[in-house]
Amino acid sequence: MNHQQPLSYRSAFMLILKRDLTIALRHQDDIINPLLFFIIVVTLFPLGIGPEANTLSRIAPGIIWVAALLATLLSLDRLFKSDHEDGSLEQMLLSPHPVFVLVLAKIFAHWLITGLPLILIAPVLAVLLHLNENSYLALMLTLLLGTPILSLLGAIGVALTVGIKKGGVLLSLLILPLYIPVLIFATSAIDTAAMNLPYNGQLAIIAALFFGSLTLAPFAAGAALKVSTN
Amino acid sequence: MWKWLHPYANPEKSYHFTGKLLPWFNYLALIFLTTGLIWALLFAPPDYQQGESFRIFYLHVPASMLSMGIYLGMAIAALSSLVWQLKLADASAAALAPVGAVFTAIALFTGAAWGKPMWGTWWVWDARITSELILLFLYLGVIALHNAFEDKNLAGKAAGILALVGAINLPIIHYSVEWWNTLHQGATVSKFGKPAMAAEMYWPFLICFLGFSFLVAAIVSIRFRTEILARNSVRPWVKTLVLTKEDK
Repeated sequence: MNHQQPLSYRSAFMLILKRDLTIALRHQDDIINPLLFFIIVVTLFPLGIGPEANTLSRIAPGIIWVAALLATLLSLDRLFKSDHEDGSLEQMLLSPHPVFVLVLAKIFAHWLITGLPLILIAPVLAVLLHLNENSYLALMLTLLLGTPILSLLGAIGVALTVGIKKGGVLLSLLILPLYIPVLIFATSAIDTAAMNLPYNGQLAIIAALFFGSLTLAPFAAGAALKVSTN
Repeated sequence: MWKWLHPYANPEKSYHFTGKLLPWFNYLALIFLTTGLIWALLFAPPDYQQGESFRIFYLHVPASMLSMGIYLGMAIAALSSLVWQLKLADASAAALAPVGAVFTAIALFTGAAWGKPMWGTWWVWDARITSELILLFLYLGVIALHNAFEDKNLAGKAAGILALVGAINLPIIHYSVEWWNTLHQGATVSKFGKPAMAAEMYWPFLICFLGFSFLVAAIVSIRFRTEILARNSVRPWVKTLVLTKEDK
């Protein structure tokens, strides 16, 4: 065996990212199913509440955001689960690279696979829900800043439950309370934008949440993975 | 201080130590709760605005303060268990979580009962009430995660990480009445400075609060001792303990 130089953080990050994206592109239903779920949940609301345009435009921000939370939750399961089952997760943890780099790469891949399609499809759904015209920019900005938070916080929950057989329901119990602040400030920003008022305050708080979770969540998720894989 | 503390990292020592403390907690809780509650519910003057229904204050405020205090204690225990690998800290976090959940539920329930005559509604989506509800969800999450693992050591570590992540909610609850201008009234009792209430109302509150604190200490000690026994059931000292108890 020739002794290899350990990879730099950057190349380790890129390697994991490329690997996860390749796996996702081979199993395309992993990308499409959460997206379909998102669309179907949003279409259920006008059917349940009634198609009146004023009501719908009033509750549209909440509907889109709650549906985005649920779709993310649904897709989180594959973040570590399949890697845990085939043993590659343990190999990653045993590798000489710090765990947070690997976790961050996996989270980024997860966001590219699930968060980004949600953002792209959201304006179409907003049209269906008669969202106020002033709110479109706010909706896109909150989703752009908010969906990475969902992936980052969700990674902690998945890492904690990865070793448990029936972790799905438990995962939602652990993660949804942590999602509440994002939901509150995102919908409040969209509502404020609909009234033509400045919403940079709420946006700043979401950005703060984003940077806070970006710096802390990979460490927490890494520690949780070490606990789960024992 | 470390030298003074480290004998209590031994499960047997701390089992007997909490056993010695437990009767004190019991008596103090009994004394303070009876005097405090009788004084508060029968003799304290009624509020000039809220009348008699303000008396629920004496249950509501200690319960909500303790619900946050217990979470803080649990988070500190979780931190020390993760950093210094203290197994007993895990046991104490496990002992604290359900007690905290019950006190959060009491705070929410008494809050609803107080809100009905005062605000005319059982529930509002106000910042402090909602964040207290999230606190309940966090407690339930920690308990559920703890129960999901077979191995108690793993369960303690996993629940500890979640408890630390959830600790972000504590400052939100505490400052919610200052950050958001909502229906819930501002702080009546603060640690520093004069309380915003009359002395003949404040003293019974203080005694009630002490009583509830000692009640929590007593319940947590009992749960802590049970946790120690459950985790060390194969150790010889537990066996001799059980055998000597049977002889009596």
